[in-house]
Amino acid sequence: MIFGLEFPAIEQLVEWPNAFGDEGVWYGFNKIALINMVALVATSLVFILAARRKTLVDGTLVPRGPRNLIESAVSFIREGIIMETVGADGLRYLPFLTSLFFFILIGNIFEVIPFFHMPANARMAGPAVLALLTWIYFIAVGLKHQGLKYFWNSVAPPGVPKALLPLVIPIELLSTFIVRPFSLAVRLFANMLAGHILLVTFSVLCITLFSATLLALVLPFSFAMLVGLTGFEIMVAFLQAYIFTILAAVYIGSSMHAEH
Amino acid sequence: MSILAQVTYEATSKAESQAIAAAGQAGIAYGLATLGPGIGIGYLVGQSVQAMARQPEAAGMVRTTMFLGIAFTEALALIGFVVFILLKFV
Repeated sequence: MIFGLEFPAIEQLVEWPNAFGDEGVWYGFNKIALINMVALVATSLVFILAARRKTLVDGTLVPRGPRNLIESAVSFIREGIIMETVGADGLRYLPFLTSLFFFILIGNIFEVIPFFHMPANARMAGPAVLALLTWIYFIAVGLKHQGLKYFWNSVAPPGVPKALLPLVIPIELLSTFIVRPFSLAVRLFANMLAGHILLVTFSVLCITLFSATLLALVLPFSFAMLVGLTGFEIMVAFLQAYIFTILAAVYIGSSMHAEH
Repeated sequence: MSILAQVTYEATSKAESQAIAAAGQAGIAYGLATLGPGIGIGYLVGQSVQAMARQPEAAGMVRTTMFLGIAFTEALALIGFVVFILLKFV
């Protein structure tokens, strides 16, 4: 209760009941799981449709249909993310980064899609799994490219004076193997949760102001703010997918070569 | 009877005052957490705009690095937001 405004409890905003099964069973299926499944199936379907060999329709190499969209998206990830951060060596990790980008983007964009209005990444489980996956991935890339020396190279960058090593090793150990996955997960989760709460706040405000009193005069401003924030949240959904992918690319790139 | 009522009343008021204190602390925690990242992101984007204006051909590289820097700087504010949620609702 703030100024006569009935704000719902946080559990009501982010916790969804299972469609079948009791709470806490492993096969429970709720809205978040549905959104994640849609993100998975939609991404796979669009990519499979685009990959069908239909380019040589009338003897030209002009792409048609969903292939246009997918080609521009893949070239955005290749030119805008991998070439800018890792370089040509990183192109072999394009499939991982592309699937990461699209899974996060579609999970986020459900924040503004009617009847869903819930970003899948506003629950910690999704971002945590994605961050853990990225963590395993960049350690595996480091082991593949540098062997077991990767761990030593990443905690003690070459060129650091010997006297500084006792100070550098704990800091680097903490920042590379603990802070990286933690901040990846928390960044995505907190951004989406904050956006969700923001939209809920203005929706509640609009519903409260929708009355036959003088307060209804404020309603247009509140509603305009809600529409504006919806646009802003579409941008945030895109930006967070972009930032997660670009950070994954930077981490993978940094474990390919010893820092110097 | 009246003593029991008195005791339960005091118990609820104690829980309520704790909740109010937690809400206040949550507000202060988030408010403080915004200060540094706010200054940091402002400075970062300002410098990036200056760099892009001086050298428009390097705009793509500057923009990528700017987003990276924003992501790192923003992390502290977001951790502050998570602390807010934890103090206020958990």
